[in-house]
Amino acid sequence: MTDIDAQSGEADTPAEIAPETLFDTLLTHSHGQLVLHPTRESYPGLLATLHAAGYHSVVDLCGVDYLTNDSRQLPAAIEPERFEVVVNLINHRERARLRLRVQVPEIDAVLPSAFILYPGTEAMERETFDMFGISFDGHPDLTRILMPEDWIGHPLRKDYDVGRIPVQFKGAPANR
Amino acid sequence: MTATHELPANVNQTSEGGQELTSADVVAASERLRELGAVLRLSENDAILAEREQVPDDETMIINMGPQHPSTHGVLRLMLELQGETVLRCKPIIGYLHTGMERTGEELTYLQGPTNVTRMDYAAPLFTELAFSLTVEKLLDIEVPERAIWIRMLMTEMNRISSHLLFMATNGMDLGAVSMMLYGWREREEALRFLQEVTGLRMNHNYIRPGGVAADLPDGWRDGVLRLLDMLPGRLAEYDTLLNQQPIFRERLQGVGAINADECLALGVTGPILRSTGYDWDLRRDMPYLAFDQVDFDVVVGSYGDCFDRYAIRLAEIHESMKIVRQCLEKMPKGDYRIQDKKVTPPPRARIDESMEALIHHFKIFTEGFKVPEGEAYVAIESPRGELGCYIVSDGSSNPYRMHVRAPSFVNLQTLPHLMHGSLVADAVAIISSVDPILGEVDR
Repeated sequence: MTDIDAQSGEADTPAEIAPETLFDTLLTHSHGQLVLHPTRESYPGLLATLHAAGYHSVVDLCGVDYLTNDSRQLPAAIEPERFEVVVNLINHRERARLRLRVQVPEIDAVLPSAFILYPGTEAMERETFDMFGISFDGHPDLTRILMPEDWIGHPLRKDYDVGRIPVQFKGAPANR
Repeated sequence: MTATHELPANVNQTSEGGQELTSADVVAASERLRELGAVLRLSENDAILAEREQVPDDETMIINMGPQHPSTHGVLRLMLELQGETVLRCKPIIGYLHTGMERTGEELTYLQGPTNVTRMDYAAPLFTELAFSLTVEKLLDIEVPERAIWIRMLMTEMNRISSHLLFMATNGMDLGAVSMMLYGWREREEALRFLQEVTGLRMNHNYIRPGGVAADLPDGWRDGVLRLLDMLPGRLAEYDTLLNQQPIFRERLQGVGAINADECLALGVTGPILRSTGYDWDLRRDMPYLAFDQVDFDVVVGSYGDCFDRYAIRLAEIHESMKIVRQCLEKMPKGDYRIQDKKVTPPPRARIDESMEALIHHFKIFTEGFKVPEGEAYVAIESPRGELGCYIVSDGSSNPYRMHVRAPSFVNLQTLPHLMHGSLVADAVAIISSVDPILGEVDR
């Protein structure tokens, strides 16, 4: 009897558990931290909802290039793409943090800018543009920020070579 | 000729090009919005009108300040549009110290990571090491021993003292109080001496590592701490006499570069700048990490959000840090200074001589490093400059797949255009100084 119960329980639970959501967006947990997975289309709307819900600051915004990492865990409904923009928000009143992971495809790497709601993302989005080549639609001044303006390529992409300059030792013949 | 027609003449002389401040008559409306409207919540039209009405185009001048200017704390470059001596617009241009540290972090193992991140905020290196180590520990799901936690608290608070003393020195120097610079360096040197006794280095310690700290506190560390705790109150009282009660110093700071809490939150600003507006927020108290919930200290807030408040808060935070250090002295538990988990901790030196397994293990951990399970985590701590966060994505190997540091100075620099709007050129120096940017952390 117990066996049957246990078996039926096992069979039922995976199907019954609906994906967890918060603010109408898929929610996962990563080491006790809340992670939301909006799509590119729902991202601006979600930011507006979060802003109204008391998440008044974007503390961090950065990009990740998943070109050579296919082991990441995403909810089934989310289509993995090469790039991901990771946004960390904070709610000071409830002392809560939220992280958004937005998938950005390699072709057409564009994401709506969070600038109007969160002006503090200005420099962070520029950095993400500079390092990954992800454009932010609606950003007022999308220029490179850390690299020189005439630089070619985006250094934090995984297919960008790590430059190595041979170390010159005193007395050794120069190799160029 | 055709392509550069609309751009100012100097654009072709540097490699910054479009990153520079363009003159008022060619600038797009959206860029005006960035400079003015974003924080003040103006519409695009209002942002243009607000500027246009006040200033005829032929009365303004764009000048360049930095990156070699001594008051820009390293290699910060500002472009200022001036009308007479009033700053109308300002644009910080950064990147002169960019060395690709986030990319370097991907090439180094988790054990080598702290040597890299410690070079970001070179005035408070232990904090970046701590943020990195806490993130790695979160991914590994390990708890460090009690003693390691308290050693980390003691050391970072000592580092906060030295960092704020450095601010006292440079702030004094920027405002012409040169004797303050000498005093600030002198006291900072004492704090660094203690850090050197413990870690072996004055800066770039590589002391806090995933799994604990690199070495136990040396014999006689209590004397070192007590010497500093006995010396500092008298010296801080001297600062108080020298600066707080000096009318010229107050005049130069009070009411200069004011900002309010809403603007700070919108811009993502943290740390002393946010607290100077009266907003009561300190991660050590509000989202405690390490054992900050077991110590007693006050969060100091200002009321006007001006340069003087930011200076006074840092002075008061030295006192609060001393309070925490004193409690660390009393409560320092006995035990291990690093986790006894063979996965992340190399075997002790004595074991290597007698055990072949220990030797192999030692060799493996330093050549290959340890593997960290797949996942991603963000951990933030309160550095002397604000929220310092570290975001790491692991793919299960012994190198981080992506290592990103949320540098407080990088975000805080965005206040400069807002703080400087309408102030004098001489105040610009005071404002840069009060934001206290560390360019190693801004550019990474």
